[in-house]
Amino acid sequence: MDAVASAGRRNFLRQCLVGAAALGASGSAAFPAPARTNAPPADSMVVIARDPQLRGGGANVDARRMEALLDRAMLALFSRDRAPRTPVEAWKRLIRPGQTISLKVNTLGGRGISTNLQLVEAICERLQQAGIRPADITVWDRDSEEMERAGFRIAMGGNRVQYFGTDRVNYEQDLVAYGSVGSRLSKILTERTDVLINLPVLKDHDGAGVTLALKNMYGVIHNPNKYHPNGCNPYIADVNMLPQVRSRMRLTICDATTAMYEGGPAFKPQFSWQYNALLVSQDPVALDATGWRIIERKRAENGFRTLEAEQRAPRYIATAADAQHRLGNCDRRKITTVEV
Amino acid sequence: MHAKVDRERDAPASPGGTAHVQSPEMADAPRLLDRRSFLMCALASGAALSTGEFTSSLGAQPIFSGEQGQANEQFTVEARFYEKQKEKRIKCKLCPRECVVGDKERGYCGVRENRGGTYYSLVHSRVCAAHVDPIEKKPLFHFLPGTTAFSIATAGCNVNCKFCQNWDISQVRPEQVPAQYAPPQRVAELARQYNCPAIAYTYSEPVVFSEYLMDTADAGHQAGVRSVVISNGYIQEEPLKAAYGKMDAVKIDLKAYSDSFYRDVVAGELKPVLNTLVTLRKMGKWTEIVYLVVPTLNDGDAEFRGLAQWIKTNLGADVPLHFTQFHPDYLLKNLPITPVPTLERAKAIADAEGLHYVYIGNVPGHPAQNTYCPQCRRMLVERVGFTAGKMLIRKDGNCPFCRHPIPGIWRA
Repeated sequence: MDAVASAGRRNFLRQCLVGAAALGASGSAAFPAPARTNAPPADSMVVIARDPQLRGGGANVDARRMEALLDRAMLALFSRDRAPRTPVEAWKRLIRPGQTISLKVNTLGGRGISTNLQLVEAICERLQQAGIRPADITVWDRDSEEMERAGFRIAMGGNRVQYFGTDRVNYEQDLVAYGSVGSRLSKILTERTDVLINLPVLKDHDGAGVTLALKNMYGVIHNPNKYHPNGCNPYIADVNMLPQVRSRMRLTICDATTAMYEGGPAFKPQFSWQYNALLVSQDPVALDATGWRIIERKRAENGFRTLEAEQRAPRYIATAADAQHRLGNCDRRKITTVEV
Repeated sequence: MHAKVDRERDAPASPGGTAHVQSPEMADAPRLLDRRSFLMCALASGAALSTGEFTSSLGAQPIFSGEQGQANEQFTVEARFYEKQKEKRIKCKLCPRECVVGDKERGYCGVRENRGGTYYSLVHSRVCAAHVDPIEKKPLFHFLPGTTAFSIATAGCNVNCKFCQNWDISQVRPEQVPAQYAPPQRVAELARQYNCPAIAYTYSEPVVFSEYLMDTADAGHQAGVRSVVISNGYIQEEPLKAAYGKMDAVKIDLKAYSDSFYRDVVAGELKPVLNTLVTLRKMGKWTEIVYLVVPTLNDGDAEFRGLAQWIKTNLGADVPLHFTQFHPDYLLKNLPITPVPTLERAKAIADAEGLHYVYIGNVPGHPAQNTYCPQCRRMLVERVGFTAGKMLIRKDGNCPFCRHPIPGIWRA
């Protein structure tokens, strides 16, 4: 009995070790909760996925090609550790069944330059395949009418993906504050979001310089108009430091199917180009730094001065990376750009 | 309609004011007061209620016809003060901030929007707070004492004071707060209906609803109702003359006498506000100044002295100056209520510099709420809370004891 018990104890301990290792491995494969510490990753990956044939021969984005582009981007983003075999497996590294997922789109630019509907639908499809209930997915921006103008159909209730703006549920009554910012947060963020997926667009901004991942978080607060002075610096970085924002943010997929190098944030067709790309990263600072370079390149091609020369360089990106914020990396040497 | 706001931006609710709504500060007040002050408060409240001087909260019931749809275009009028620029941008010329606003974006105030290169006010007739308040609550102490003002506000403000007590209407966009349609003529009618000799534009920041203020002042004057504005004075000269030129009295919140306070706590600038005060003086507008004393941030002797000297030199010794008590709110909850001795020190310094009418505000029952003749030192107007108890100034505006002229607008 004792011997058996002893052997059993040894076996039990051995099995525990094996089991723990197995659980750890499978756990990290399935639910690798990203480190939510103040330390940014040593290096950051930004995937630029492009498809020159994204629109086929027409003006609109082809839904199937968008889905394929998204899959390529997600597989590439997670290929560094242990390459996922399927796109759904890649998504499972971000989310797990039972969680509420919200997709923060950017719809200020109307149909001309807003987060692409086909992209949103492709993400929703993959999330559901990864085990998320449709009703637990919310696609949102600050205003429902703006979303409709950008091509989204408002949908609330029922077992389907939810599409609506903060105007339908309002902001929290209580203020949250960090640094220079004191704001009320969208109840979509606080009540319907375990995991936040940020879906900005790639464009110039007359005040901030560029508006990408970090700036898109102005859409979660009630008073963004107060935070545009001084090129939005340090306000953008501070908004992203709000615990409710930072703890939920897991992924940015920047829609660069149509992009703008001048004249933003409203749509100016003369300053836009069809880049047919997605920029994907878990580091919003690295993504913004990369997107800024793309915009500068396009400005140079079209004979425009740099944003620095225009005195509207997006300094908030460096602020977001500084020792006080540590939201990610903006140093080019610490950013691995993968083009697929 | 916003029912919560029953207090001035820089004058927290205190007994004797609109006694119908008990704000958290009012509920807490007895614990913060000494016995004597508490009794004075109770007396003031009782007086207010028993005389029926104060109506029930207008915010609690619809008083304006036509409930709004938040997207309703009836509130949208083209802004008066802006310049068009290239690429559908505009430059706002209303306040010194001069926001350059791109298409589909709003200015710092949050209530003006660029739509295709035309700038619009989104708050014309869009009233989110309406109350009948004692004029002393504004505070205006030299303007029709003992009367009430029909007080209205829209959403929005062009600064962002960290101590704002009405931040839930001033620091929001108009669509984020319930409001009602209140066209100018209706406001004038209601002011008459409630026996208010004046309409007060207050609570948030009237600079940002200048178009509505001007139209309402015109409607009020046609109906025999005056207008007063409670403002931060952060406005450019042209709109100042156009809008506040229609006012019968102006109260300016001078937040501090230092650039750093304006930069760090207010998100504004001192110089334009001083310019506003000088311009109002040249315009001959009756003006009173409120200075909210925030512990550790703007309560130094040198600052009080500099302020008093500047007022005396540039505006004259007869401009009333109110040192009011700060209460923790919004983003400055870590500071204590201003100690009364600090307010008394401020008053002593301003008195010593030669200002004639220096008051202490938000401290119910304090003797420095009364008006005294600067020549014979006799009390001329006695105030308890927001109630003017005795009013002894003669019809000709002189002291009844020594005939010294007392500046102000004393009779309706």
